Amino acid sequence: MGLELYLDLLSQPCRAVYIFAKKNGIPFELRTVELLKGQHLSDAFAQVNPLRKVPALKDGDFTLAESVAILLYLSRKYEAPDHWYPQDLQARAHVDEYLAWQHTALRSACTRAMWQKMMLPVFLGQPVPPETLACTLAELDKCLQLLEDKFLKDKDFLAGPRISVADLVAITELMHPVSAGCPVFESRPKLAAWRQRVEAAVGEDLFWEAHNAIMKAKDLPPADTAVKEKLKPLVQVFLH
Amino acid sequence: METPCSYKYCCPLTLACPTTMGLELYLDLLSQPCRAVYIFAKKNGIPFELRALNLLKGENRNKDFLPTDGLQRLPVLKDGDFFLGESVAILIYLSIKYQTAAHWYPPDLQTRVRIHEYLGWHADHIRGTFGVSLWAQVLAPYIGIQVPEEKMKRNRTAVDCALQHLEDKFLRDKAFLISQQVTLADLMALEELMQIVALGQDLFAGRPRLAAWHQRVEAFLGADLCQEAHSAISNIQEQATNKKLPDLPSEVYSYMLFRISSIP
Repeated sequence: MGLELYLDLLSQPCRAVYIFAKKNGIPFELRTVELLKGQHLSDAFAQVNPLRKVPALKDGDFTLAESVAILLYLSRKYEAPDHWYPQDLQARAHVDEYLAWQHTALRSACTRAMWQKMMLPVFLGQPVPPETLACTLAELDKCLQLLEDKFLKDKDFLAGPRISVADLVAITELMHPVSAGCPVFESRPKLAAWRQRVEAAVGEDLFWEAHNAIMKAKDLPPADTAVKEKLKPLVQVFLH
Repeated sequence: METPCSYKYCCPLTLACPTTMGLELYLDLLSQPCRAVYIFAKKNGIPFELRALNLLKGENRNKDFLPTDGLQRLPVLKDGDFFLGESVAILIYLSIKYQTAAHWYPPDLQTRVRIHEYLGWHADHIRGTFGVSLWAQVLAPYIGIQVPEEKMKRNRTAVDCALQHLEDKFLRDKAFLISQQVTLADLMALEELMQIVALGQDLFAGRPRLAAWHQRVEAFLGADLCQEAHSAISNIQEQATNKKLPDLPSEVYSYMLFRISSIP
């Protein structure tokens, strides 16, 4: 059995891993784990990732979780072109810096914005207080400003003149609130231009293939009672 | 200036000062990630100028103290013209540039990515969670605020859960979190746990495996270095009680209100 990637493309980090693997022609078996059906909670999946989260990777006997770890593993093992995760000390440091910052900053804001605006009220039928949503969107706005001013600045891509895993992680995060109808790129021409460059570098077909599921999430019929009962306790964390 | 600068703290001439051409680390040892960077640099004999900043005085927001155009958060590394934020990025940079002993960030791909796997989980479950104690026990009361018990209960559960996972999913039967030797992961974890331990709570009671890990990490780093690095966080409660903390500038005060209200 070759490389297996356990993914749900509804998840931002899964999309980053998917795009990276596909773009670099890395051969893998896609194992879809449907989060909305709670498949990540199964005992079978716990064999792959005891922490029961996607993305997860299985390469022979070696299992690995966490998107940043997976992206680094794939980039080194399959010898992806250097620009994805440069060997140059300072260029690489810029990638590491972005990947570290985004985890506790932008990712949190994007996840909560999407859940509070769309998934909780529409899919799970749980209304979210307007002031909670307003607060989250304000925080998202702040993160977007930091992304532009402190990371992107006047560069073409986040870590330098060429696309890297930092851009993949960032763009897949930003598409989360986009899918919920939050204005992300509308009044930010610099960020919109960067997005165009990233899509072009990835390839439009692959980009939209990876984002098909999340863009359709707003059209999901409301969850049935069984799903609601399973998921509601787990997603309350997105309200804080 | 011709003679080595005798300023202990950052001076406004930083950018022009000839003594600052080497590595500089901008740190406040109240902060967990700052301590991880400090301990790593000291333990590995990496020569650097310490730029000790005071977060409570808001010195990180002042370009005279922190001359970066990046995020105004600590730690920050300055290497010539190169600025770098984020403790993980800094630790990796230092380990590669100064070719520290391989065990910190092993070249073996599978071991190396396990460190990143740990750090991903750490970002979600440790970072943020273990820092709440300082806010709730010291900083919030200092400005006359009480963190609601409901939030404290959630935090205690999160801490317990995280410690359980640390033992069961990462440490298991190994000497250290990732392998049989200390890695960057152990350092990052240790300093987060110390944020609570140094304030007087024994996190290791009833957790003998984690207690043994803690002893091993501190033994490896050395008691003197640990004591030095943990001095600020160990003394802050007393300083607050004796009203010896600095006056808080208004933007620091506003930021503190925001941080306290953001506690989940």
